[in-house]
Amino acid sequence: MEQPFRLKAGGRIDRTRPLRFVFDGKGYSGYAGDTLASALIANGVHLVGRSFKYHRPRGILSAGAEEPNALVQLGLEPRLVPNARATQVDLIHGLEADPVNCWPNVRRDVLAGLGLAAPLMPAGFYYKTFLASRHLWRHVFEPLIRRAAGWGRVPEDPDPDVYTHRHLHRDVVVVGAGPAGLAAALAAARTGARVALIDEGTEPGGSLLGQTRTLDGHPADQWVAEGREELSHLPEVLVLTRTTAAGLYDDGTTVVAEERLTDHLTSHGGHGPRARLWWLTSKTVILATGAHERPIVFPENDRPGIMLASAARTYALRYGALPGKRMVLFTTNSAAYESAIDLQSRGLRVEAIVDARPDPSGPHVDMAEALGIHIHKGCAVTATDGRHHLESVEIMLLSPDLRTVQAPRKLIECDLLCVSGGWSPVAHLYRHAGGQVEWNAEVRGFTPVPGPGLPRVVGSAAGTHALSQALERALTAGAEAAREAGFGDGSASSAPRVTETDALDGMDLWRVSDQPGDGGRAIGRPGHLSFVDLQNDATAADIDQAHREGLTNVEHMKRYTLTGFGTDQGKTSQVNGAVILARAVGEGPEAARLTAQRPPYTPITFGTLAGRRVGGLLDTVRETALQDIHRDLGKNGGAVFEPVGQWLRPRFYPKAGETMDRAVARECRAARQEAGLLDASTLGKIDAQGPDVVEFLERIYATPVASLPIGKVRYGLVCKDDGMLVDDGTLARLEETHFHLTTTTGNAAWTLNWMEEWLQTEWPDLRVRLTSVTEQWAVLALSGPKAREILAPLAPGMDLSVEAFPFMTWRAGAVAGIPARVFRVSFTGELSFEINVPWRYGPALWKALLAKGAPLGLTPHGTETMHVLRAEKGFILVGQETDGSVTPRDLGLGGMLKTKRDFIGKRGMARSDLQRPDRKVLVGLRTDDPAQVLPEGSPIVEAMSSARPLPMLGHVTSSYLSPMVGRVIALALVKGGRERLGQTLQVPLEDGDLAKVTVVEPVFWDPEGKRRDG
Amino acid sequence: MRHSFFSLIRNALGHHREWPPLWRDPDPKAAYDVIIIGGGGHGLATAYYLAKEQGLGRIAVVEKGWIGGGNSARNTTIVRSNYLWDASAHLYEHSLRIWEGLSRELNFNVMFSQRGVLNLAHSLHDVRDAHRRIRANDLNGIDAEWLDPTKLASYCPLLDISPEARYPILGATLQRRGGTARHDAVVWGFARAADRLGVDILQHCEVTGIPREGGKVTGVETTRGVIKAPKVAIVAAGHAGTLAAMAGFRLPLVSHPLQALVSEPMKPLLDCVVMSNAVHVYVSQSDKGELVIGAGIDPYAGYAQKGSFSIITEQMGALVSLFPRFSRLRMMRSWGGIVDTAPDASPIIGKSPVEGLYLNCGWGTGGFKATPGSGQVFAQTIARDAPHPLVVPFTLDRFTTGALVDEHGAAGVAH
Repeated sequence: MEQPFRLKAGGRIDRTRPLRFVFDGKGYSGYAGDTLASALIANGVHLVGRSFKYHRPRGILSAGAEEPNALVQLGLEPRLVPNARATQVDLIHGLEADPVNCWPNVRRDVLAGLGLAAPLMPAGFYYKTFLASRHLWRHVFEPLIRRAAGWGRVPEDPDPDVYTHRHLHRDVVVVGAGPAGLAAALAAARTGARVALIDEGTEPGGSLLGQTRTLDGHPADQWVAEGREELSHLPEVLVLTRTTAAGLYDDGTTVVAEERLTDHLTSHGGHGPRARLWWLTSKTVILATGAHERPIVFPENDRPGIMLASAARTYALRYGALPGKRMVLFTTNSAAYESAIDLQSRGLRVEAIVDARPDPSGPHVDMAEALGIHIHKGCAVTATDGRHHLESVEIMLLSPDLRTVQAPRKLIECDLLCVSGGWSPVAHLYRHAGGQVEWNAEVRGFTPVPGPGLPRVVGSAAGTHALSQALERALTAGAEAAREAGFGDGSASSAPRVTETDALDGMDLWRVSDQPGDGGRAIGRPGHLSFVDLQNDATAADIDQAHREGLTNVEHMKRYTLTGFGTDQGKTSQVNGAVILARAVGEGPEAARLTAQRPPYTPITFGTLAGRRVGGLLDTVRETALQDIHRDLGKNGGAVFEPVGQWLRPRFYPKAGETMDRAVARECRAARQEAGLLDASTLGKIDAQGPDVVEFLERIYATPVASLPIGKVRYGLVCKDDGMLVDDGTLARLEETHFHLTTTTGNAAWTLNWMEEWLQTEWPDLRVRLTSVTEQWAVLALSGPKAREILAPLAPGMDLSVEAFPFMTWRAGAVAGIPARVFRVSFTGELSFEINVPWRYGPALWKALLAKGAPLGLTPHGTETMHVLRAEKGFILVGQETDGSVTPRDLGLGGMLKTKRDFIGKRGMARSDLQRPDRKVLVGLRTDDPAQVLPEGSPIVEAMSSARPLPMLGHVTSSYLSPMVGRVIALALVKGGRERLGQTLQVPLEDGDLAKVTVVEPVFWDPEGKRRDG
Repeated sequence: MRHSFFSLIRNALGHHREWPPLWRDPDPKAAYDVIIIGGGGHGLATAYYLAKEQGLGRIAVVEKGWIGGGNSARNTTIVRSNYLWDASAHLYEHSLRIWEGLSRELNFNVMFSQRGVLNLAHSLHDVRDAHRRIRANDLNGIDAEWLDPTKLASYCPLLDISPEARYPILGATLQRRGGTARHDAVVWGFARAADRLGVDILQHCEVTGIPREGGKVTGVETTRGVIKAPKVAIVAAGHAGTLAAMAGFRLPLVSHPLQALVSEPMKPLLDCVVMSNAVHVYVSQSDKGELVIGAGIDPYAGYAQKGSFSIITEQMGALVSLFPRFSRLRMMRSWGGIVDTAPDASPIIGKSPVEGLYLNCGWGTGGFKATPGSGQVFAQTIARDAPHPLVVPFTLDRFTTGALVDEHGAAGVAH
């Protein structure tokens, strides 16, 4: 029979839309509006999973986010969802779900026998054994444990879905759209405030949905519908459903929430993003996050068919699905009687109510008695039976101190045991914001302690269980929050009249002993475990043991027993565990401390967190104005690029059939013999100006600034306060108080930040403005003996002669008709002009230069050739010759340092270790084998041996085959290197070989510097 | 009671009612020989080695909260020793060797698992640095190898090594002896072992002052009263600076929040540790099945043990880019700790400006891996009032001499 447990009528499901789905390989049907859990219940399926440690059969405990048991692997490749909570999965047609942690299926699980080994697997058993050998642990025991652990499977394929983020500012954000949240949002929205109301459910209404009580004489659903209707007409209101507030950040001002957009529509991916991450930043936040019903800890409290009382009622009333035929209610409070009464009225037979209170009273108690339900007062469930589903419960009388139970035993046959041990307010987000909770004896739960700067909490999250009171306080809170944000006068309309449930006049029963007359200690007899954390199989006996072993702090207990460690993060176990521990110590619940609650409230998809910034969009790709030209250049599809920071720079431009070595050799020769052209636009460029700019730059640069005349350029070094070189570049003085600075490509952003940090935090008195102009100037470096000949016809107004335009000066003028700044600096040692033109003219300049230059041999080259050329000259590359431990002196640049004026790094350099004569310094290396390129990074030793550790003298920083020098050249940092000039050292190679090298001066080309003027 | 499989069986027969406390809960004595401030892994290890190897009898560890509640409980449990600089390499390798026998030594399974640690290279610069580090490791006697993309793909098939990636993976260094350990077990194992040797572990005992006389430390003032001792050691990550202030001096430390997170438990899939600096994230899978994921510090200094959400979204972008199959997994829990970082990103170990007061701090983001070695060398430093040879490069006066061990710049290995 289809859906044998489905009620004939009622519930917020659409009976006109039947849906087929598959669970554990078997087909079922449900209705639109069902969750996977409610559809399974309608089909009489309760066994949905196996527990973590003992592989015990487990059923559906709850109807919401707190579910510890009903985890399923959802969907098909590539859209698998591991560890979905069946209680929060919207049923869709064709849904496929499988239980996790069992094989081959949930009924015949091969590891089901592990429960028998429970005595050998108490809390933390793995700390006490497998000690003998780290290899046995790594290769035998640990793999066994790993294979047994874990829930779902990781998808085999990459995720085909996309995710997105959205940021929004609000005046009031209300989390939770149950009665209190809805009321708060209405009160706030009526003032005209911008309100966001978010709820994890499929529709607003929360605990009111499908309920029997009335508001102002109308069914609860009608009040909810009217509220939704009103909100939908207010233009400044945003209502988000299927949206879970994951965390409260930034001092309680930003609610981060995941909105699930397509999973409920189709199983094969929807249009648009699968989920959206909301960053809702608001002036005030109201938390109406409700409360979770608490299970009671008693022996064998984990069978399928044991369910929270409120969940059973929700399944019947909201989903029209009966979770059983014959039920027993085990409760500590009168509120849960409502479940028994409602379920009986829906055709379920209530065999008994087992009330831990010796003398329960109240309207619902009277009503239950009037219905002929037998109430066992002062009793508790002490055992349960049934292999895959509950078949009976055993009850006994509680002793007056509640710590033991007394005969006679009574057996009651039933297939549903509803349990209610009270309610735990959900204060998750409150605690993210730094809020505290404390035991509230009246509410019998931990309620938020109000404090300055903390969000408002309303409804059962604040411990207000009476509906009329909750509505009234929520309306007030909503109006006040709006007033705080500048809307309305704080007054709210009056709350509707409601039919009230019984107050929570319960008692505390944290744990039922299974040992008559024993001192309340439940002992881990096989099959008689009292579970606290159902997901992780943490038992009350485990907590006892943790206490005995001295782990009396609740955080230690949590970590030792794994209570609250699961995907549910202890929503149904945290309070029970904390109080059971407190009682073991000899204290009451008021002394209990809860473990920290941290984001997210429920697990949040990685893809949602990442948003759009994954894969190719992980980081911006920066391109120069010439990128298209680089791509097109040459016949084989253009340049070969290399990533340099965020940039993609041409590394070399191979011609057809050319290897990198040959291309680079060709490019190098051209630059040395005719001319080369490099796109140097990626160099960091900073425009620095202001009355105090000279003073500022003097402090930043280790090299002199003030003496630089207008029109001249100088090489500059930037050090950190520890005296280590961190960046280099040029300074050009444009005007008295105006400089054009360049930095390395990779460090451009860092260097500007470094300058800004000093300017803003240490020297705010200096009047200086720094502006990044990296992407305002396209830079082409024209270099080589024919550079002047090529440039001259393009810059007729510019006298390029050595006398008129000497080395290390700059001139403004037109190049190829484009306004340009031309700098006579050289990174190759050849005559060079670095031509800066407005970014968009870069391609035009490139084309003009090549048109004139190509006949003269002008050849574009990439970074690889640039590296060879500069290494031939012994010019350093920051990040290659430096690593944060190298000073300018180490690089032979000490002569450039200021001696009188102060600068960042001056004191650092004065320290004794930086003056040591045997520091590692820059030298050149000549390999014995002229063709032996040394792998960069290779260590340098005096003499290789098998001794370890073997002292290293330094390492190879750069090594290239130099076509002009005709052999391999190398730069290195070597201890006391200047004193070692002429010495032979060894470079051990990866394959065990040795390269012999001679220490030489680090300049291999034109040591006299004759070529720079052409 | 010694832990073993047999003791487990024996106790099972007694319904596990006979297990003794892992450590006692004593009241503070009036005086000790040494007081360790900070009941994390480093502090407890220091106490253990003081008692075991230095023959000191009266030792107390004072902890303001519960032991192991600071960074010991908040890190991503990665253990490796493949550092570039000799000083670091020797210290971390010393520690790694102790890790290899630690479960046995402590008679407590710290679940040290040598599952291998990969450091990915995403640019020619990374490759050069990786090569330099591997070769330096080799000469320092530390195992290290280079995996090119093909070898890497078979070693860790989950990684996206396609050349089209935004930052393509060009290879990785692998230290096979690196891995992970169970952080709580390390704390508890050292606490239990230290307790057995007579060390008093004083929880909920917050230090409120560090009294001195004539330039010498005389003990600590705590929320549980004044406790005297001629030697006091600060081993309190996240709060070293505030404790130093109590003793009247400043430390060159900046404190930042560092966040980490775990996924829901998954069936085993990732059997090594993967770290990337360029696509900044690191990840391993715990024995319980969670992916344990960390990344960089929050940029702003602070003492709050929580960070900004934007940092988490960035690191998840990095993770999903490296492991496209992880996109549909879910973050189960996130948390933050405070890391004290010195200007050169290396720890400060040794004597302080106050006589009798010792420092072990500034481990930044990477202290967990050093826990046993740090404790051992620091214990000797305290006992002999002279730095252990391995910590000579890490003393406070390196900031005066300039002999820094700069692990910031070194091969960019930030963790």
